[in-house]
Amino acid sequence: MTENTAINVIELKKWFSVRKGFLTTVFSREQLFLRAVDQISFDIKVGEVFGLAGESGSGKTTTGRLLLKLIKPTSGKIYFKGQDITDLSEKELKPLRRKMQIVFQDPYESMNPRMTIRDIVAEGLGTQKIATTEKEMDEKVVDILKDVELVPPEEFLLRYPHELSGGQRQRVAVARAFVLRPEFIVADEPVSMLDVSIRAEILNLMLDFVEKFNVSFLYITHDVALARHMCDRVAIMYLGKIMEMGATESIVYEPLHPYTQALIAAVPVPDPTSKRTRLPVKGEIPSPVNLPPGCRFHTRCPIADENCRQKEPKFIEVGKQHFVACHKVAG
Amino acid sequence: MPILDVQDLKTYYSTLRGSVKAVDGVSFQVDKGEALGLAGESGCGKTTVALSLMRILPTGGEILGGKILFEDKDIVILNERQMKKIRWKSVSIIFQGAMNALNPLFRLGDQITEAILTHEKVSKKAAMKRTKKLLELVGLEPKRTKDYPHELSGGMRQRGLIAMALACNPQLLIADEPGTALDVIVQAQVLSLMEELKRKLNLAMILITHDLSIIADTCDKVAIMYAGKIVECGDVVDIFKKPLHPYTQGLVGAFPSIKAARKRISSIPGLPPDLIDPPTGCRFHPRCSFAKDLCKTEDPLLTKVGKENQFAACHLVSGKLAQQ
Repeated sequence: MTENTAINVIELKKWFSVRKGFLTTVFSREQLFLRAVDQISFDIKVGEVFGLAGESGSGKTTTGRLLLKLIKPTSGKIYFKGQDITDLSEKELKPLRRKMQIVFQDPYESMNPRMTIRDIVAEGLGTQKIATTEKEMDEKVVDILKDVELVPPEEFLLRYPHELSGGQRQRVAVARAFVLRPEFIVADEPVSMLDVSIRAEILNLMLDFVEKFNVSFLYITHDVALARHMCDRVAIMYLGKIMEMGATESIVYEPLHPYTQALIAAVPVPDPTSKRTRLPVKGEIPSPVNLPPGCRFHTRCPIADENCRQKEPKFIEVGKQHFVACHKVAG
Repeated sequence: MPILDVQDLKTYYSTLRGSVKAVDGVSFQVDKGEALGLAGESGCGKTTVALSLMRILPTGGEILGGKILFEDKDIVILNERQMKKIRWKSVSIIFQGAMNALNPLFRLGDQITEAILTHEKVSKKAAMKRTKKLLELVGLEPKRTKDYPHELSGGMRQRGLIAMALACNPQLLIADEPGTALDVIVQAQVLSLMEELKRKLNLAMILITHDLSIIADTCDKVAIMYAGKIVECGDVVDIFKKPLHPYTQGLVGAFPSIKAARKRISSIPGLPPDLIDPPTGCRFHPRCSFAKDLCKTEDPLLTKVGKENQFAACHLVSGKLAQQ
């Protein structure tokens, strides 16, 4: 870990216990777990845009929430700027909350409908005692609304979320996160609910903030094409594990893991002259409660053999900063 | 001769605030064995086009003008009884949202046979037999007829819906956002299935989506809709290589290719207009960076540009302001 590291995650694990019916509880003592995140390790550098991509149910959102300590990890360690935050209490976390913020997926659900835009953005300023007087708060809110291009800000201050469009709401969400001048931001599918023509504006707005304030940025998405243009590095997740991680360029142009290869081949290309290659991967993502033994991808993998069905592959560095968990690539 | 010829279709919804001009003078054709992609943002009227074609508009929605010629017969003037003979047997639809379009209380097989029995006079046994064949056609095991929707994954449900749409051998299949809500790998599987079926059954297809990459991947022709009108249409290759309308250019720019070099994604400033009171002249002019005075007053017509089969509705491209 160097000074340059904002977030460092070591063997992070989050298992949710699964509730069973009465009879199964009586007859079997075995406790079932949903292994949402299962021993993943990675780091995010200062000022870096790090992407977490994968299908739904792969554990990306859980990872994002774990990093901000919105949920408690089952085991593993999380370091923020060298400080171990895994076991901090709520009280100890409070000063850190200012530095770590999140932008949620759904701008319709993530805001209190009974608060004005001014109050939504100013709430954090008050809680963190960044602005003490109402006047100071107003000034800060107006400034940030200008930065997120909700102009003129006076027109938005007293409005309620339902009076804004989806894109405008997501700008408010960005303003609410960045008004605290955070050092680390998690954006969980920030544009998946928005229209295409508006999507880019929100993403570029966030990238501008990242560059201006040298913020570390975790971008969670299912859209690999967007991740390709947003991120410096990406990690591909599948059923709670990171399958492959590396610089975006090398992941996109030289994917090594069969899952990454399939994921990238499946992305439709907005160019009618380039036809999709036939997909070798069959079926859909299995349930994270009954994980396949060995490599979790073996049930869908075109090149799996006996070894893959029995032994779980290790996450190994195969090139410069390029990690893969596959027996066939690094066995 | 095109199998479907839509001419100047106008579908409005009457609401308390006034009438919403959801589809306002839309014309296009689809040939046999051809896939047309209908693209645009939410609220541009693409789903309303589909519902008008099936004549299943919700209360308040009404076709107020234009013709929908299916095999040369105008289906706008048909009554409900006559329309029943067209639905499913000639034109069928795959609804948006694979996860919720099936009835959770009935087995998949029963839902598909119901569609067959409603439209054709066959025995229940024969219908079930055909259902099993249909499931095989879409890549599901025939024993899945016994499954309830919750026992099927998202991709399987979407396949089931495709089988249901094909139950009475339609000639035209409308698919409303067939890929959304599915994971990319499953989406790719479903799209290749649809392409394959189109080839095998020589189907005419209308694919409605907001995702231009899906259209580039699966369609032959594309029509770009904005605020209830088609702003540009033509061959997929032409439109993606050389988009002429500023809106199409913006939309194509907003879809980054995974294969292209890293860049900032471009966007279109502003918001789509309110269709109760759409802007005068060209409906895109408030968001268009090239707009001139004429664009604010006069509505551009969809006119042919160049030698190819490309049409655009923009004064700057094909109208009075076109550069020499």
